[in-house]
Amino acid sequence: MAQMNLLQAVNDALITSMQANERVVVFGEDVGHFGGVFRATSNLQEKFGKKRCFNTPLTEQGIIGFANGLAAQGAFPVAEIQFADYIYPAFDQIVNETAKFRYRSGGQFSCGSMTIRTPYGGGIAGGHYHSQSPEAFFAHIPGIKVVIPRNPKQAKGLLLSSIEDDNPVLFLEPKRLYRAAVGDVPNTSYNVALGKADVVTSGTDITLVAWGAQVEIVEKAAAMAEEKGVSCEILDLQSIMPWDAEAVFESVYKTGRLLINHEAPQTGGFAAEIATAVQRECFLYLEAPIMRVTGLDTPYPLAHEKEYMPDELKTFEAIMQCLDF
Amino acid sequence: MQGVQDRNHLSNVTVSNKVTVITNGLLDIPMLQLLNPEGNETNTDLDCNIDQVLAKRILFSMHYTRLLDERMIAAQRQGRISFYLASRGEEAATVASTAALSNSDMIMSQYREQGALVYRGYTTEQFMNQMFSNELDPNKGRQMPIHYGDMALNFMTVSSPLGTQIPQASGYAYGQALANEPSITMCFFGEGAASEGDFHAGLNMAAVLDCPVIFFCRNNGYAISTPADEQFAGDGIASRGIGYGVRTIRVDGNDVLAIYAATKEARKIALEHQCPVLIEAMTYRLSAHSTSDDPSGYRSKDEEQKWALRDPITRFQAWMQHKGFFDQDELNQYIQQKRDEILAAVKVAEKMPVAGIDELVEDVYDSVPWHLEKQRDELKAHIKKYPAAYPKTSWRLK
Repeated sequence: MAQMNLLQAVNDALITSMQANERVVVFGEDVGHFGGVFRATSNLQEKFGKKRCFNTPLTEQGIIGFANGLAAQGAFPVAEIQFADYIYPAFDQIVNETAKFRYRSGGQFSCGSMTIRTPYGGGIAGGHYHSQSPEAFFAHIPGIKVVIPRNPKQAKGLLLSSIEDDNPVLFLEPKRLYRAAVGDVPNTSYNVALGKADVVTSGTDITLVAWGAQVEIVEKAAAMAEEKGVSCEILDLQSIMPWDAEAVFESVYKTGRLLINHEAPQTGGFAAEIATAVQRECFLYLEAPIMRVTGLDTPYPLAHEKEYMPDELKTFEAIMQCLDF
Repeated sequence: MQGVQDRNHLSNVTVSNKVTVITNGLLDIPMLQLLNPEGNETNTDLDCNIDQVLAKRILFSMHYTRLLDERMIAAQRQGRISFYLASRGEEAATVASTAALSNSDMIMSQYREQGALVYRGYTTEQFMNQMFSNELDPNKGRQMPIHYGDMALNFMTVSSPLGTQIPQASGYAYGQALANEPSITMCFFGEGAASEGDFHAGLNMAAVLDCPVIFFCRNNGYAISTPADEQFAGDGIASRGIGYGVRTIRVDGNDVLAIYAATKEARKIALEHQCPVLIEAMTYRLSAHSTSDDPSGYRSKDEEQKWALRDPITRFQAWMQHKGFFDQDELNQYIQQKRDEILAAVKVAEKMPVAGIDELVEDVYDSVPWHLEKQRDELKAHIKKYPAAYPKTSWRLK
């Protein structure tokens, strides 16, 4: 065990996988000698050489196109997009190529060995272009997996699983926790299963579902509710696609109430998908309407970031509304 | 920071005390031509090493490609397949370039490169199964006709979006180099696709990251209806290669000898120097863009006629005749045999059923996830309830 922040855990996972598999290749803008703008790839070029960790030109569509070909060839590309806000030039490569490679060829060719890492989310005074949470776009594309860790330990295990998984994975890293989240991380190689939720806290009155950086927000809200005598069960979804519906259903059967929190805008956000599935599966168990606490349907703001965010107070209010229904 | 080097990004910059404006034409990129339109060699010192066996294989592959195109356009007109895309006039560009490669080289094509597959030995039956989307289609009926792919022949499955294969080819070639494979990647595209951002991204990355890839541009004059002069204002595609620091050759795309020689050289350079090479083949799309297109709306019959006179097959056949390599009877026999073979294969392939409904959800992921299992099961139950509405798949569900 070692104390690490989330960035160090990502770095540790990359080292672990590059040591275990010589076909793992890490690249992106500034990831080489410099180690990335957040330092997630520090020392990889020194340890593994320039062929396996290198800078690319400034072209997101090129980075993902290159990764698609490299993966099809049999390597294990781990491509970094410097900010999730800049992934859109690569949208065509991800939607039409990465995600469809296996399907369109009848299973002859695949980019299953690739992983795309990118920092996402707000809370760092980043304005429109350093704060977005685009997970719902990618959950909408059949053929890729979408994974989001909440802390250093989950980050290492989930990233190792993502690299090893035989499907393309978009690995969204909550950048406001890069240095803020610190915890014990095993030195060994270990996996956290993709597509499985993690029950962070057990409770009986309401189920709170979140992922990534919002898990600690709902934990804070749950502590506030606890003082009012409300027992919250907290689920970290960890993977958005595929998502662990069974775990959410099980929890809602027990609590009869559900709140979903995400940082992304509300309309078409992944909460809508979860709410639809739960109302169909758990209709007769629900004691109150399903609540959503999310970002607003605006571009991500700067001066009003605090007001925009689905914070613990908004979450607490929604918990109490749900209980009072 | 440790290990930081001194760099000078002005090291190749010369100084001038005059205002120098570089214009089109200052950079002269000649077009390699080894056969004149009559099929006579223009450079007898340059031996392309095309013997009779190779010449025949190239010639027959070009004829087969044209025959396949004619038959399948007819099949589309008869409503037997939904779509087809011919390559008449461009057979040399795809066949002769493929002939200069090794079979272990990966080909990543755009969609008009059936000639490459023909040369590598894709069978009539395989062509038909793909075009009729039947249960033997290696794509499992998931893509429109002509979106071929074959792992055994190192031919990457075609996708419709233009130019996406270009940065992928850079990545594929990087992987080949990383694995120390003595192979390269061949990436085909058209001059229209070279306007896509992926072209810029792919060439730039290949140049910077030392990828052994040949970028082979078929400059056939048209992107559907848009003529090349409305596609770009510069000196074709070749000049862009120079801009990216990519070694570049421009070649007569209707000249088998020139294409073969240029591609051989490009492959040698790519492998020996571990770098990309751009080839711009100047050709003409004698066919329509696809069966959904009518060229009479954007180009004249006169123009087409002029290019028909530069037909790559006729030119190469004339050269073979000069060399004593050509046998008209043998060719006639071959064409008759292949025509019968195609007609027979159409009849077999079109009667074959489509894949079972389970295939609809396979290959999205490495295994079928829970939500797709659920959707598949619900769909199967629905089809069973209304079998007459879904005759292609319901018969298997009894």
